[in-house]
Formats: sequence, structure tokens, C-alpha cells
Amino acid sequence: MKLSFSAEDEQFREETAAWLNENLTGEFAKLKYRGGPGDEHTYPKERQQWEKKLAEGGWTCVGWPREYGGRGCSIEQQVIFFEEYARAGAPGRVGHIGEGLTGPTLIAFGTEAQKQKYLPGIVAGTELWCQGYSEPGAGSDLANVKTRARFDDASGKWILDGQKVWTSLAHESDYCFVIARTDPDSVAHKGLGFFLVKMDQPGIEVRPIEQITGTSEFNEVFFDGAECDAQDIVGAPGEGWKVAMGLLGFERGVSTLGQQMQFQNEFDQVVELARRNGAGQDPAIRQRIARAHTELKIMRYNAMRMLSGQSGSDGSLQKEALIYKLFWATWHRSLGELAMDVMGPECEILEGGPYELSRLQSMYLFVRSDTIYGGTNQIQRNIIAERGLGMPKEPRVAVNQAVK
Amino acid sequence: MEFAFTEEQEMIRDTAAAFLAEVSTSEAIRQAMATERGYDPELWQRICGEMYWQAIHVPEAYGGMGLGYVEVVAMMEQMGRYLLCSPFFSTVCLASNALLVAGSDEQKSHWLGKLCAEGLTATVAFNGGVNRWDAQCVTASYRREGDAFLLNGDYRYVIDGHTSELLIVAAREEGSQGEQGLSLFLLPADSAGVSTKWLPTMDQARKQASVCLTDVALSADALLGEAGQGWTALSEVINLASVALAAEQVGGCQQLLDMTVDYTAERVQFNRPIASFQAVKHKAADMMLQTEVARSGVYYAACVAQEALEGGELAAELPEAASVAKSYCSDAYFAIAGDALQLFGGVGFTWEYDVHLYFKRAKSSEHLLGNGAVHRERLAALLLDTEDVA
Repeated sequence: MKLSFSAEDEQFREETAAWLNENLTGEFAKLKYRGGPGDEHTYPKERQQWEKKLAEGGWTCVGWPREYGGRGCSIEQQVIFFEEYARAGAPGRVGHIGEGLTGPTLIAFGTEAQKQKYLPGIVAGTELWCQGYSEPGAGSDLANVKTRARFDDASGKWILDGQKVWTSLAHESDYCFVIARTDPDSVAHKGLGFFLVKMDQPGIEVRPIEQITGTSEFNEVFFDGAECDAQDIVGAPGEGWKVAMGLLGFERGVSTLGQQMQFQNEFDQVVELARRNGAGQDPAIRQRIARAHTELKIMRYNAMRMLSGQSGSDGSLQKEALIYKLFWATWHRSLGELAMDVMGPECEILEGGPYELSRLQSMYLFVRSDTIYGGTNQIQRNIIAERGLGMPKEPRVAVNQAVK
Repeated sequence: MEFAFTEEQEMIRDTAAAFLAEVSTSEAIRQAMATERGYDPELWQRICGEMYWQAIHVPEAYGGMGLGYVEVVAMMEQMGRYLLCSPFFSTVCLASNALLVAGSDEQKSHWLGKLCAEGLTATVAFNGGVNRWDAQCVTASYRREGDAFLLNGDYRYVIDGHTSELLIVAAREEGSQGEQGLSLFLLPADSAGVSTKWLPTMDQARKQASVCLTDVALSADALLGEAGQGWTALSEVINLASVALAAEQVGGCQQLLDMTVDYTAERVQFNRPIASFQAVKHKAADMMLQTEVARSGVYYAACVAQEALEGGELAAELPEAASVAKSYCSDAYFAIAGDALQLFGGVGFTWEYDVHLYFKRAKSSEHLLGNGAVHRERLAALLLDTEDVA
């Protein structure tokens, strides 16, 4: 076991930190610590400019292979990049779906034409993506997708009808990847297709969802005769589930260490507050702060194990990777509660009317989504038990009725 | 960065696991734990003679194997998994560490040499029978008489204190307070004025004893480290031993998880293996989460402990890393043991099934060297009570 980075990697760290230090200034200074989950509604246009600035410096898609416009960074260097990015307080990325999900999916499953058409815009930070997976009837049971894609012979295009939900950044995005049913008589994960859909067209309507925070960053997306070119289906019709699941595999990646640095920033705020307002002398609060600290530390060690391990090479997740989502989501939710309890009765008082939340208040409310999206804690436990421990699946009620 | 065992470390771990699976069977544990000694002396001789585990992290200069603390931790994890009854923890994780941390070259040569070559057993006695693990837990005292020392006092919770051939004892200069005035002494157990007594324990697989010192006269060469500076050394030994104990706890967590998964797959109720019920699966998933998190914490602490012994860059992190590992693992092991007992249902409550052995070990390891709350308070003090650095 070896914990230190090589001299070359440390030099990369200095280079990264120096660039961020030099460029996160002027018009971009106000973006520090802004954006990201829970704050996605803040400065969307300015953060799109920042995305382009990053691209100019060659700091988008750092983990992609060079042949696709990436920086070709090693795992260690990606870790360093995401750590330094968060340490500098650089804003939540608006391009993260394209960079982290669309790109790797196209590199793995896309045609040459798709790669050439879509990858450069992601690398340049000029084209933003959103994700069309969940539907009102397809949450935890994601395969119960009802959005339909019908191939229209006359126009030679796919026609999409249906509704997606919890689509973050949909109103800012240029494209959406959508799973939709290509075979109307199919059920569950069979008969799906994976489509690359242009957002700016008459058949698509985006409606923001007003959240528990009073702000909106998730949306409903309605498809009513929306069009998708014939060449913009990834994989064959009916193979969409395979592509969609492959994509979920990319999601566990190295950006987790950057996420932890954001958690560290939030935790530091809570500790600072506890030192200031006297809560830090309350034995019960002290125990909870120490527990949060302990688990945040171990979250980092766990990610280091994950990245040092062999998961990823053959696509199978190691045990420390399987537990990761459940662990961080539960931790983050507790941090929100701790933050309010450190504030005491002051936690009720807003920054201003009608509903202007402080960062900690907003965090406390928003983290309730962490244990729900991307696989609820309950679904995570099923996955852990079934894939990690080999326990049998719950017997299912027979599905004998096709989706109509 | 390579935060994973090397091939060599994996081999050491796998060899240990294979050996323990053979010698530390349920039957062997039950035989050993029924004795006052608490272990099979022939097995200990075999471990020392064939496996050389007692010498694992002792430098080659003193007759050891010269491996690191990561290897100690890898072995402790397996011993926790197989619940090995042996004086390994007391001898290697307490006494050897004390000698490595505080011993003079001559003391190390002599005592570590005996330990490696002859399988000498040893332990560290410091807690006077109080529910705390900081410097104030040392209540035994000494008085200087010229160049010599006269020791008096009692110790409890001394692991293998009734069977160890060498005792390393902590005592405070009469009238001293807190972290001041502590010293460590090397004391052969058969010295005049030393009496040790086995304390029957709920966890029978690890033996504890009381030690009573009555006017024990020691010459200056019995002093381990500098007089009055003993807390620095003792606290490092406690931290190192906490990391090892946390590794043992992870091994116990893994074993309980494996046993539970196997049992629930076989146990049929309502015409289904109970493992197919989500109420069971979700508990097992939480057990796996806690086991893996505990493991990540321990492996990191092991790397830090290794650097602490070598004077590496991360040495200063030891108190924090040890408390992170010991607090998480203590809570995780007990929670998992409780859940395992629950999922085993009625048979988990019997003497016949092994669950109770782990359930009892979980509680004994939790309180030894400070439970979760004690270690969290140590962390809270680091976070909340220090002066602002900024």
C-alpha cells in the first residue's frame, strides 16, 4: 500500500491549482462555491461561459482519450484534477452530464458519425446535455419506461411521445439522451432504444419543477411528436437498456473525490459555526461532528480503495464501489440535519423573504434528494444484497401485460 | 498512489487465513477459552516456530522479519475473523510496539530478541481500573530511591496479564497529574512484589487479568524511555494497538456477515429462504456497508501507523487516524454482531452456534482502549478546541 502521489502527479497538481487560481478571477470570481446540486439554478449563463473558459485551457473531459479531444489523464491525475477543482471552489459544472455520461457512452457504444457529431461540442463546452431516464411511472422501476419511439418511414425519423421527469438542467441543455420504447408490445428492459434528441424543437416542452427549496433545477420534459434523426439512435432498436446500464457504470467514476471536497467545504462551514456559536461545547453535538468527520475521512479512503482496485477494467463493481452511493448519500443527509442542529433555533430564520435560504438551509433541504435520486437507499440495498452478497431476488409478481 | 495490498501482502493474508481456518476451528476456540490460560501453548509455539508471526514487524536487526504495520493489520484482520485464541495481540500489538516506540537499542536487542527467538509472551499494563483511556487512567505510582524506583499500584483490563512472562507497566511519579510524570518500566512477571490474577470475562476468548504491584523495586535499566516522558510513548502504543484492534474488529464484521449470508440462504420460512426477504437483505446490505467502510478506515490507519513507526510524513496523523478507525470499527462490529444475532433468530441465542462468541468479542473490543464515544471525543477536541490556525 502506498498513499503518496508520484512527483509527476504532484507537478500536475500544481499546474492544475495554478491555472484555476489564475482564471477563477474577474467575471468568474462570483461563481466560487456556486452551482452544483442544490444550487444549480445559480448563474447558469455565467457558468456556461466558465465551461468554455475551462475548454480553452484544456480542462474539460480530462479523463477522455486524446483521440476524442480529451486530456488523456491517468486515474491519479483525474483524482487530482477533481480535488483541486473543488478545493479552489470552482463552480458546479454545467457540462458534467455530457462529459461524464454522454461522452463515455458514445465512445463505448456510438457510431463514428455520432462521435464526430457530438463529442467536439462537449469538449469545447459549447453543447450541454441532460438525461432523459426517469418517468412518472418509472422511478425505482426504471425499466417501466412508457415514452414511445416510432420510426416514421415517410420522414425517415424517429418520433417520440411521452414524458420524462427529474431532468436537471433541461432548460439550459442543447441535447437530451432519452430511453424510449421502440417496440410497443415489449415490457420491462426489452424493446427499448437509446436516443440523442435535440432540445430546441417544437415537439419538446420543458416545465420546471418547484422543489422543497422553493427553487427549480429539475424539470419535466414533455415529448409530443418530437423528432430524432435516424442516425441518432445509439445501438440497435431494442438494445437501449444495455446502453443505458453501461452508462450507469460510468457514473461511479473519479469525480467522487471532487464531490468529497465539496462535502468537506460544507462540513468545515458547520464546524466553524459550531466553534463560533458555542454548539461545539455541547457533548451530543461534539459526538455528531466527530462522527461526521470520521465518515467523511473514510469516504475518501474508500474512494482511494475504489480507484486503486480493479473495478472498471471488467465493468464489475468491487464491494467498496457498490456501497459508495448509499454511504455518501446517507452521510450527506445527516450533515444537513447536523447543520440545523448546530444552528439551533436560528436555523428557522431565513436570509430574507419570501423564501431566501442560506447555503446551509438550502443544503439541509436539498440533501433529502440524495437518498432518492440515482437509486434510492432502498434500491441501493437491494443492489448490494443481490450483487455484493449474492442474496436471492424478491420473488416478483408475474408481468403478463404488455405496456400499451 | 496504490491503496491496495501488494501481491506479497495478499499472500501473507491468504496464508494466515488458510492456517487459521485449520487451527482456529470452533472446537479449538471453545477448548482454549474454557481454560484459565486462554490459549493452546502448543499452538502458540507452532505459530512462533513455523509461522514466525510474533516477529512480523520487528526489524531484522533485532531478529524479526522486518515487515510493516500493514502486514500486522492484515494478520489481525484474519485473527479477528477466525477468533484466534493467542497472546498475539498482547505480545505483538502492545508489548512489541512499546519496545519499538520507547526502547533503547539494548532493550530492543534483548527483549525483542527473546520475543522473536523464544516466543516470549508479554503485555502492557496501564489502566488502573477506570473508565477512561487518557493519561489519567494510570493510577499506579513510583517513587525514586536514588537511581532506583519503587512501584506500587493496581491495574485492571490487562490483556493476558496472568500468563505474560514480561510486563511493561506504566506508573506516575508520586504527586504527578495528567500527562506529566508518567514512566514505563520493564518488569519480568516473576519479580518480587508482582501478583497477577485472572479476571473471568464475558468474552472468554480473550483473557484479562489484574496486576498488583507491592513495593516493587526496579533498577534504572528497567526504565523504558525517559523518566517522566512516558505518556508520549504510551499514547503512541495505545494508538498503534487501537489500529490493530480495529483490524481485528473488521475481521469479525466480515465473518459475521459471511455467516449471516450463508445462514439466511439456508433457513427456509414461508416456503422461501429468508435471504429473499427485503427486510433481511436490507439489514445484510447495511452490514456489508459498515464492514467495507470499517475496512477502508483501518487500511488507511495501517498505512499511517507504518509511517509512525518509520518516522514518515504521515506520522503526525496517527492519533486522528487511530481514532477514526477505532471509533467506526467499534460501533460497526457491535451493530453487525447485534444484527447477525437477530437474523440468526433463536439459534443465535444458543451457546452451540458461534454467533455469541463474536457478539461477546464485539463488546469486549469496543470498550478496550476506548469505545466509539471516547475516540470521537478525541476527534472533537482536535476539531473544536484547538486554536484557529488561520
